[in-house]
This record gives sequence, structure tokens and C-alpha cells, in this order.
Amino acid sequence: MSLISSLKIFSPSSLNTTQNALSVVSSRANSWWSHVEMGPPDPILGVTEAFKRDTNPKKMNLGVGAYRDDSGKPFILPAVKMAEAEIAKKNMDKEYSPISGSPEFCKATINLALGEDNEWTKNGLNATVQGISGTGSLRIGTAFLSAFFPGGKDLYMPTPTWGNHVPLAKHAGLGVKQYRYYDPKTCGFDFHGALQDIAKIPERSMILLHACAHNPTGVDPKPEQWAEMSKVIKEKKLFPFFDMAYQGFASGDIDKDAAPVRMFLKDGHQIALSQSYAKNMGLYGERAGAFSLICSSKEEAAATMSQLKIIIRPMYSNPPVTGARIATEILTNPSLRSQWLKDVKGMADRIISMRQLLRSNLAKEGSSRDWAHITDQIGMFCFTGMTPPQVEKLTKDFSVYLTKDGRISVAGITSKNVEYLAHAIHQVTK
Amino acid sequence: KFASVESAPPIEVFALNKAYVEDTFPQKVNLGVGAYRTDEGKPWVLPVVRHMEQKLAADETLNKEYLPVLGYEPLASAATRMLLGSDSASLKEGRATGIQCLSGTGALRVGAEFLAHIGKHSIVYSSNPTWGNHSLVFLNAGFTSYRSYRYWDAAKKALDFDGLMEDLRNAPENSVIILHACAHNPTGVDPTQDQWRQIADLIEERQLFPFFDSAYQGFASGDLDRDAWAVRYFDSRGFEMVCAQSFAKNFGLYNERVGNLTFVAKDRSVIEPVRSQITLLVRANYSNPPNHGARIVGTVLNDPVLTEQWKSHIKTMADRIISMRLGLRERLEKLETPGTWNHITDQIGMFSFTGLGPLAVDKLIADHHIYLLKGGRINMCGLNTGNIDYVAKCIHEVVTTTQE
Repeated sequence: MSLISSLKIFSPSSLNTTQNALSVVSSRANSWWSHVEMGPPDPILGVTEAFKRDTNPKKMNLGVGAYRDDSGKPFILPAVKMAEAEIAKKNMDKEYSPISGSPEFCKATINLALGEDNEWTKNGLNATVQGISGTGSLRIGTAFLSAFFPGGKDLYMPTPTWGNHVPLAKHAGLGVKQYRYYDPKTCGFDFHGALQDIAKIPERSMILLHACAHNPTGVDPKPEQWAEMSKVIKEKKLFPFFDMAYQGFASGDIDKDAAPVRMFLKDGHQIALSQSYAKNMGLYGERAGAFSLICSSKEEAAATMSQLKIIIRPMYSNPPVTGARIATEILTNPSLRSQWLKDVKGMADRIISMRQLLRSNLAKEGSSRDWAHITDQIGMFCFTGMTPPQVEKLTKDFSVYLTKDGRISVAGITSKNVEYLAHAIHQVTK
Repeated sequence: KFASVESAPPIEVFALNKAYVEDTFPQKVNLGVGAYRTDEGKPWVLPVVRHMEQKLAADETLNKEYLPVLGYEPLASAATRMLLGSDSASLKEGRATGIQCLSGTGALRVGAEFLAHIGKHSIVYSSNPTWGNHSLVFLNAGFTSYRSYRYWDAAKKALDFDGLMEDLRNAPENSVIILHACAHNPTGVDPTQDQWRQIADLIEERQLFPFFDSAYQGFASGDLDRDAWAVRYFDSRGFEMVCAQSFAKNFGLYNERVGNLTFVAKDRSVIEPVRSQITLLVRANYSNPPNHGARIVGTVLNDPVLTEQWKSHIKTMADRIISMRLGLRERLEKLETPGTWNHITDQIGMFSFTGLGPLAVDKLIADHHIYLLKGGRINMCGLNTGNIDYVAKCIHEVVTTTQE
């Protein structure tokens, strides 16, 4: 107990020390916060800390979900550098952004998701606001739904889902429920389980869907499976909330990655959508993202916008501008935009090729296991299917760091360490 | 699905700004939104900020990786040190800590969420009047009761100190009390040092919790230490408290959202648990704060040369505002505008509570294209040598022709 540990300095021989100890005791007693407990340690941070302490020159960090180039270094996109140079020339001011972010940013962002010429933004049906990257956009969305969604206040999430979805939704006042998603037997999509569970969701509930590059599994439904899900979700009168954090980053094709979102809209759903530029533009720390609601009329969109602003203002008043300006510059400047499409395809291609190399190297090692899921899965992460004891061994014996659930960040693999990784994985799984 | 969502009422200060922007009258004056303007009526990006941005852009070692959840540590520690002063006992004893937040609003929100969810406080008081967003921040953060303590004496155009003390005396134990560290928004009226001492005595006696809102350190008097006097006084008295700090005005970094939440505890052993709980709150709200503004402020505050440069910018801004206060008061007194006008120079900071009533305000907007908030608050930064004569003349005109 911390009172006792704080008495470690007590030494009976010194009156002064006694007084110190007493004042320490009384200060804890008078403190407003002596009851505050340490929060649980962050599992991913824990992985990184342990990685940093490891002195093995072959160590690999497959924990954190940030892109790395083939030298294992953070990557600043050429399009981003170019955009920053353009922005610097403009000598822009530091005046407050509108609460909802710049209209230009919001328009470019929703049009990225829905297509440049889409009928929804053309008809003013979207209410789009800048958010603090993906997390902040989800937070705005869940706050809005908590206050205004006319149906059940439970948000149904796939099993598993991004670790932060659950506390975030709960913090916003929503209940959290699950639907089957990942099949550990196949390391693939539990399509029938998902459909069964979705069909059981009470009408007029909310359902969270990862638009592409499911986090943490990397398992995405196929287009025909998305079509089925859309049908059931419509029949059950469920409200789809898409989390799209990897548009472009998954397949290298922005339209392909956004296809499920566009499909649902075409199928007549009204949706909520959270977008992030953290990965696809490498703007992680600049916190650029957006939340959108697609409404049934211009008036509805306007009313919704006004309520979204009322939610944002008491959170942080108005959003940070730098990341949003970069994204806007890239999306609205034709040569920067085409550079960006090359950059994002480059990242996606490198990840896809690492998947291919990992799989082929495992075969070369002589592994008899089916590793098809490594290349079937998509995006930053791969659910390897390794068990916690296998993960532990991988870390202990080979200094390969990953989360207990067997998830690896493919971005942490390079052409120089993929053979070592395959060797290590084979050793612990054979 | 959302057909029943009603349109929310427009937020006054933004609606006012919109009306100003759409007004085509050539002599229009914007005394609404709280941002600094030069004597040419233009926004001012501080030279030290421009310099830093160029330096950061040229630094090949920098990247765009996520900051830690609690922010850029060089910024947080420097901001806390700037607030409490390097002589602070709590700082020296490791009982004070800083957490980067999304400007002042974000710091208020994180602090309020911590106090509500973890500290289990439910009642919060702020001054009447206060910044328009205080109540929503705290109520959305989980407080169940938002109350006011008297502050502005409209008749005397000064602090209603007796009213303030009486209301705090009647506040239930554990109530959180929002205190404006300096340059009270919207009135510009600050307690004297002696009044602060009495407030501190009362807060201690009644077991209330002080939550300082420091949005103008340096910007008010031109002197960082002077503007932090109240916070430092409470710190020296051994209070546990939090303080939301904004770098929007004093660094002119409005849209980069740079802020800090300073946390002072009685015992250093609570600091880590508190930080870990705040980590969970931040993660559920926005994961981690933005990088760009943090690097600017964090670098400047940790570099003595750049800090001196910055201090000279603050003095420039504060001095210009003070000269506008003098100028407006002089003109109104020269015109013999009915009423007393010493409050304009007694008050401090960006804002002045003019004492103008709603009818006079309406007239100023409709007839003279001078935009100010309904409560009579003007932004001194909106005044400059080019428009001060016009504004004084119009104030004289509406005061002499309006019966409130």
C-alpha cells in the first residue's frame, strides 16, 4: 500500500525525518486523490517498452500500428512534403478554424470516401465535421448517436475489434455488444456466424463495421459477402456506422477500399462514417480525420451539423489545422493528389509484398501449416493464429515483439528481416 | 432516422462573426471574436512562431509519429514551469505535473472529466458572467450541477466581491470552483491580491476545489510572472488544484490547439496514478494530441533565447491593448459621454465589459456596424488607431440616445 511505501523514508533517529514522514502521511490523508488507483498498463505500449529494453540486434517490433519503410523507418509521404512546401508559401494565419473544421477539408474528405462526383454530397445530404483523427471522429459520432439515435443505444461491434472501440463507445454513453466476425479455425471471416448474429440484433440498433483492413485481424469480407450483409442489415433496420481508417492503405486503391461504404449508400442505407488520415497520409500525430452522417435531406443535414457543433465545442472548441491543411492541399491539388495516390499505393504494395515474402519464406522453412491467411488478410495487421504460449516463445527466444493475440504489424517487416521472422515463427509453431 | 433532430441555436460569438463578415459597410468594426489584431486590423503570426515553423520544416530528424497520450513532454513540463514558476515548491517536490491538451478548452475538458469520473465531484461553480463555454464543458464532462457565483457588479462596473464571497461560503463541500487566473473573460475585472488571499482562505475553509482557467498568461499585463500571481499564490499555500492553460492567445496559435493541464497534488505519490487515469480518459476521447503546435511552443519555452523573443512579442500585444484602453477611455471622457469610463482602463486583458445594455448593443450593430456581444463585451484587439475615433463617437451616440 502506498502509505507504507511513502514511509520508507522514516528513520526513528531523526526528529526531522519523523516530521517529514508525518507530513507525508497527513498530506496523503488530506489529498483529494489518495484513492486513485493505477490504471491498467497499455498492452501495446508495454510491447514497445520491452522491445526498447531488448539488446538483441535482430529484435523486431511488430506491435505498434504505424507504417515503416523497408529500412524500418517512419515514412513521410512525398505528397505530404510537397503539400507542406505549398502551404508554407501561402503564409497562412493561425486564426481559429470553424468548429466543424474548414469546409474545404470536409468536402474533400467526404468526397474521398464517397467518390468525387457522388450524389450525396452533390445534394447536400452529408453533415461532415473534422475530428481529432479517427479516434476523435468516432468520439463525436458516438456522442451524437448517444444523444440522438432514435433506436436502441447499443453499438454492435465485430469480435474482435480495435481495442479502443469499446472504452470509447462506453465513454460516450453507448452500450457495447458483439457479433461474430473472426474465425480462429480458418484465420478468416466467419461469414455465416456474422450473418446469424446480425440477424439476431434487435431492430433499430447500431452496427459498427470496419470498411476495410479490419483491425486487428486483417480479415475483410469479400464484395459478395458485403452485399449479403447489406441486405440483412437493411432487413433488420439496423444503422451502419463505418470506421474507415485505411482507405487506400489496404489495397492501394482508394475506390476499392471504400467500396463497402459506397455499396451501402447505393443500397439505400443512411450511414455514419469515421475517416482517418493517420495511416493513408502518414499524418499520425497531426490528428486529421472526419465524422460524417449521410442524411435524407438538406434540412436534416443542416440540423445535424448544428448539433455536431454543439458536441464539439465543449470538447475542444475547434480542431487543429495543420494536418487538415495538408490533407486538403493534397486532395485539391491535382499533381499532389496523383503523387499521393502513388505514395499510398507504394505503402500498400510494400505491405502486400511483405505478406507474400513471409508466406513464401515459411514454406521455404518447411512449415507444413497453412499460412494462406497471411496473404488473404489485408492492411497493416495480420492475425497469425499463433497462441499466447507461442507468442511468448517468439518474444523470449527470438526477440520478436507482438501482442498476445498473435497480431503482427506487417509494417514492421522489411526485406532484410522477413527471413528471420519466418524462421522464428516456424520454430515456435512447428 | 434523424428527422427528429432539431437545429441547435447558433453559438453567439460565431453568429456575430458571420454577420460581421457578411456586412459590406466599409467602416465596420469587429469587436466580437477573441483573437489578437495588429494596429492594421490583421491577425498576427508571431515572428518567433514563423521562425520555428521554418526551423521545424528544415529539420530532417522530425517525423509525424504519434505523440504520447499525455502529449509532448518538453511542452508539458515547460508549460507547468511557466505557470508555477521555477521556485514553486510543488514543482521542486515532484508534486506538479503537466499534460498536453487541446488548447484551453481541451484542458478544461480533460480536467473536468477527471474530476467528475475519478474525483467524483459533481458540482461546479463559475463566475457570473463567465466564458460562454464553461458550463457545457463541465456538464458534458459529467458534472451534474453547474452554478454561478456573483462576480460582476453592473452598477459599480466592478467586482462584486461581497457577493462572490457569500456565494462561495454557501457552496457545498467538494464543489469545484472555476477561477479565472487573470484577465477575466468577459469582464476584464480581476480580484486584487488581497481579495485573492481572502478567496483562498475561504476555499480552504469550505473545502472547495480550485480549478484555474489560465488563457492569458503574459497576454494580460505583458508579464508572465505577474499574470500567474494568483495561481502561484494558491500553489504556495499548498492547495491541490488544476489549471487549464491555453497558448492560443499568448502564442497566437489559435488553430493549432496547444494547451496544457497542470495538476498540483499534496503528495507526489498520487501523480503517477492520476496520470494513468487521465491516460485512459484521453485515449477514449482522442487518443493523443496534435504534434505541430506542441513542437513550436515546447521548443520555444525550452530555449532561453527564443523565450526572450517570445516575451517581447507578448509585451507588444499587451502594450497595444493597454494603449487602446487608454485611448478609448480618453475619447469617451473628452466627449463627455454620460457615465463613468475608468473601468475601461481598470480592466485588463483582451476584453472589456463596457456596461452597455442590450438596446445600445443592438444599435451599435444595426446602425453603426460595430459588432459586439449582447452582454456588452468588446474585444479591445478589434480597436486600432484607424477606428478608435469612430467607435468612441458611436458609443457616445448610442449612450446618449438610448434608454435601457
